[in-house]
Amino acid sequence: MAALSAAGLRKTYGGTEVVAGLSFAVEAGRCFGLLGPNGAGKTTTLRLCLGLTAPDGGTVTLNGHAIPAAAQQARARVGVVPQFDNLDPDFTCAENLLVFGRYFGLADADVRQRIPQLLDFAGLGSKADARIATLSGGMKRRLTLARALVNDPDLVFLDEPTTGLDPQARHLIWERLKQLKSAGKTLILTTHFMDEAERLCDTLIVIDHGRKIAEGSPRELIAAHIEPQVVEVYDEAGGDLPAFVAAHRDLAGRVETSGETAFFYCGEPRPLLARLAEAPGLRYVHRASNLEDVFIKLTGRELRD
Amino acid sequence: MLSAAVRPPAVRWFPVWQRNFLVWKKLALPSILGNLADPLIYMLGLGYGLGAMLPEINGRSYVAFLAAGTVCASTMNAATFEALYSAFSRMHVQKTWDAILNTPLGLADVVAGELFWAATKSLFSGAAILVVVAALGLASGPLALWVLPAIVLTGLAFAALGLIWNALAPSYDFFMYYFTLFITPMTLISGVFFPTDQLPGWLATVGGWLPLAQGVALVRPLLAGQVPADALIHIMALLATAGVAFVIALRLTRRRLLK
Ligand SMILES: Nc1ncnc2c1ncn2[C@@H]1O[C@H](COP(=O)(O)OP(=O)(O)O)[C@@H](O)[C@H]1O
Ligand SMILES: [Mg+2]
Repeated sequence: MAALSAAGLRKTYGGTEVVAGLSFAVEAGRCFGLLGPNGAGKTTTLRLCLGLTAPDGGTVTLNGHAIPAAAQQARARVGVVPQFDNLDPDFTCAENLLVFGRYFGLADADVRQRIPQLLDFAGLGSKADARIATLSGGMKRRLTLARALVNDPDLVFLDEPTTGLDPQARHLIWERLKQLKSAGKTLILTTHFMDEAERLCDTLIVIDHGRKIAEGSPRELIAAHIEPQVVEVYDEAGGDLPAFVAAHRDLAGRVETSGETAFFYCGEPRPLLARLAEAPGLRYVHRASNLEDVFIKLTGRELRD
Repeated sequence: MLSAAVRPPAVRWFPVWQRNFLVWKKLALPSILGNLADPLIYMLGLGYGLGAMLPEINGRSYVAFLAAGTVCASTMNAATFEALYSAFSRMHVQKTWDAILNTPLGLADVVAGELFWAATKSLFSGAAILVVVAALGLASGPLALWVLPAIVLTGLAFAALGLIWNALAPSYDFFMYYFTLFITPMTLISGVFFPTDQLPGWLATVGGWLPLAQGVALVRPLLAGQVPADALIHIMALLATAGVAFVIALRLTRRRLLK
């Protein structure tokens, strides 16, 4: 049975369908990614799955419970890392965990016993008595993750867990999420970092305007939607990029230009690379396609905020 | 990792109350003294200063009259401040309520926890005034102990009313209107500072219906060592206010947070 499944999920705000008929299923023990640009409906989808808002249509089943009818029972076995930290500023790190455990009906003695492990897991072993205001952004995020684990959940929702963090902090979170997955937990992750999704997710869906526009594993998505290689060509030192693109468009499956850069998506890049070697004033990078290329192809290059 | 034995809390709102209590405990003494100072200054200043020039009211000194009003007004103010400013900061600024809603607790548990917490704060305030009143010899006899449950009822009613306004508030500024439009006029026509028979008849009638007057009608006789007339009516009025206001507050908060 799926740990989480949604069918035909709909939610309308102010006449706009923010979630427009989403269906997906997540198997237990997997990491499932919900990808999409800002405003795509990721957070709203998570809120629907947690029973924090009623859908205008469709059904959700979480840990075998119908949502929102039995959301409170379902949430007993769930952890949540919300998009914006809402740690309790009046408490220390340890107190945050203790108080949060009480909401799950955990005995203080049990939680006290778990606190050192939880803090260690979050790399906050020495911060038990530190106040929240003294923590860095990365530390707060990790404490929020530890807090989400206080009830030893089967399933953890993570809404953009690494947005705004420096690379060190992101890598630490990624390590921890991999550990959780090895421990058999189901992870539901929203992100707009494609490298994050590529590293962590077994399957993912890409949504935009509340609709699913692609689904599969990162590899499958790359294979299905895009040529395997990319050559990025930059106009530098007076090279003539538009002329180069016009002359060699047929050497790539698809060419996209964005500002001073042209992206050549190719199956076989060697002929193009040979031409580039002779082209004056152009610099280039040759790399394998990644999920970000898929994402840009599916959701476009225009800004979303 | 050790696994955790999750079962819903027996009294579901209690962990929410407990959270607020833990925060309060850290600053308990300054908080009590801070809440005590203002009403005591008024009570002693007006009671003994102004009271020296005033006749007795129903055979008791003006300061004794004012003491009962002060107990009720402090109770009301403590519950109101907690249900407005403090609850708003937890709901809207710190997003503490959002965090709690990710656990097995529901919004009814959160709002009920806040209701009982605000009533508890008002009990601390009202009881502290009561201790001073008793120390000044302004409470006669053991009946005065019944003032404590009357404080709780008054606190519950004002906590629930405050939570309605909290659910509607766009920002802290909004709370000023609650005081100017509701709390302050009510304090003046509910028999806190002077007997309501000094008011035009219709205004006294309106005042008599307000929840603060219900509290005063219980507390003043109890402090004077008498059983309040129509006690049951006042008790029911306060309970009904608390119950109805809570239901409205919960609806409005649900519309605000869970839409
Ligand atoms: N409570 C709400 N009321 C009105 N509009 C909302 C509400 N929550 C989200 N929206 C709107 O729904 C859209 C999707 O939001 P959200 O789910 O937060 O997107 P994402 O998490 O993918 O960035 C946005 O346009 C947002 O403004
Ligand atoms: Mg979001």
